[in-house]
Amino acid sequence: MATLIFTPQLARFTAAPEIHTDALTLRAGLETAFAANPRLRAYLLDEQGCLRPNVAIFIDGHTVRDHVRLDAPLTAHSKVHVLQALSGG
Amino acid sequence: MTERAWIASRKGLFELLKRNERWTIGPVAFLGEPVSMVLADPRDGAVYAALNLGHFGVKLHRKDAGAEHWVEITAPAYPLKPENSADPVDWTVKFIWSMAYGGTDEPGVIWAGTLPGGLFRSTDRGESWSLVQSLWNAPERSEWFGGGYDVPGIHSICVDPRDSRHVLVGISCGGAWVTHDGGSSWALSAKGMHASYMPPERGDEQNVQDPHRIVGATGTPDQLWCQHHNGIWRSGNFGADWHEVSAAPLSNFGFAVAVHPTDGNTAWFAPALADQTRIPTDAALTVSRTTDGGKTFTALRTGLPQQDCYDLVYRHGLAVADDGCTLLMASTTGGVWLSENAGDSWRTISSSMPPVYSVCFG
Repeated sequence: MATLIFTPQLARFTAAPEIHTDALTLRAGLETAFAANPRLRAYLLDEQGCLRPNVAIFIDGHTVRDHVRLDAPLTAHSKVHVLQALSGG
Repeated sequence: MTERAWIASRKGLFELLKRNERWTIGPVAFLGEPVSMVLADPRDGAVYAALNLGHFGVKLHRKDAGAEHWVEITAPAYPLKPENSADPVDWTVKFIWSMAYGGTDEPGVIWAGTLPGGLFRSTDRGESWSLVQSLWNAPERSEWFGGGYDVPGIHSICVDPRDSRHVLVGISCGGAWVTHDGGSSWALSAKGMHASYMPPERGDEQNVQDPHRIVGATGTPDQLWCQHHNGIWRSGNFGADWHEVSAAPLSNFGFAVAVHPTDGNTAWFAPALADQTRIPTDAALTVSRTTDGGKTFTALRTGLPQQDCYDLVYRHGLAVADDGCTLLMASTTGGVWLSENAGDSWRTISSSMPPVYSVCFG
């Protein structure tokens, strides 16, 4: 099962525990997390379903470049890190 | 009795409390987070705080009367943009720029204005929101443009205390718009305003006006005041037409205006030098006040910094309490001042707060 790991900064606002999923794409994996905590969706995606500009996702260490479709493939061993992109204070 | 106020800032929401006859900064909520708007609803005592999380988007929280904790509620959001839409605007809420509570006859109704220019209405105290489609779909919206931000936004929402279905909104830059049917239909309502920043032949167009802030008085509801990009305007008929007021001292430029709750002839402004510098005239902070409907003004300086002062007061950085004499003013460089005599004299609450976006009493 793929593993989704969320930045601990999210825990300041809403529950975002580590998720294990059989999903085969990134979007489907995120939906698994949203099913567990519906409020998490609006923290990661905007209302058009796109990844928020200052959220970064890595799959097995590689940056996800497509922020619209979010259809990058996941494998049973994928480790997905959902992080905050670096930006100023 | 006026005993509490709120300061929404770049680094949290600060409570200002009057204790033992002295105003002091109290608890802070959302420390470190930008709070773009705060609204205290006197109908039920609830307070609303709009957050603009740098990474995780726009969020809305409510604290009910007597409650100890804030609760996250639903934030306004645009519907899914149709795939065939020709609208070049990004249908995502950039931040909540204004909030207002509905009339006493419509408990639970809350309005929110956002960038990029959407007006939202909730009938259940912010648990759910609907985009006001009639205004969003107005063909004239394509002509709106950003004033201070990349996209246009709704910063002022005035609900007629006599008729809750009568609402006027101010848009930078898209003029003023009014509904008489609770938001089902809208019409431009900026007749009489003039935009000196436009080509001369377009200066009187209502849809290109930049009203920086529009406020109304509960006790004299026909009277509205507008601090416009290049002047001050006043309406005596809830925005049906507007008349320029030219007697303001120092500068006719500024962002903020507050009006006395029961005397529509009394209003306060925070003048700044136009246009590129946007600092207090002579680096000395002043509030200008009229008590005769704009015929004359008094420049109020006592207690405000009069040297090396570069504080700018944004649209929602000046508020008057229900008593009509307690005023709170805060700036983009973290200055906070309070007056308990209608602005005759001011006391410094802080000179080192985070940049302040919005203040209110309640």
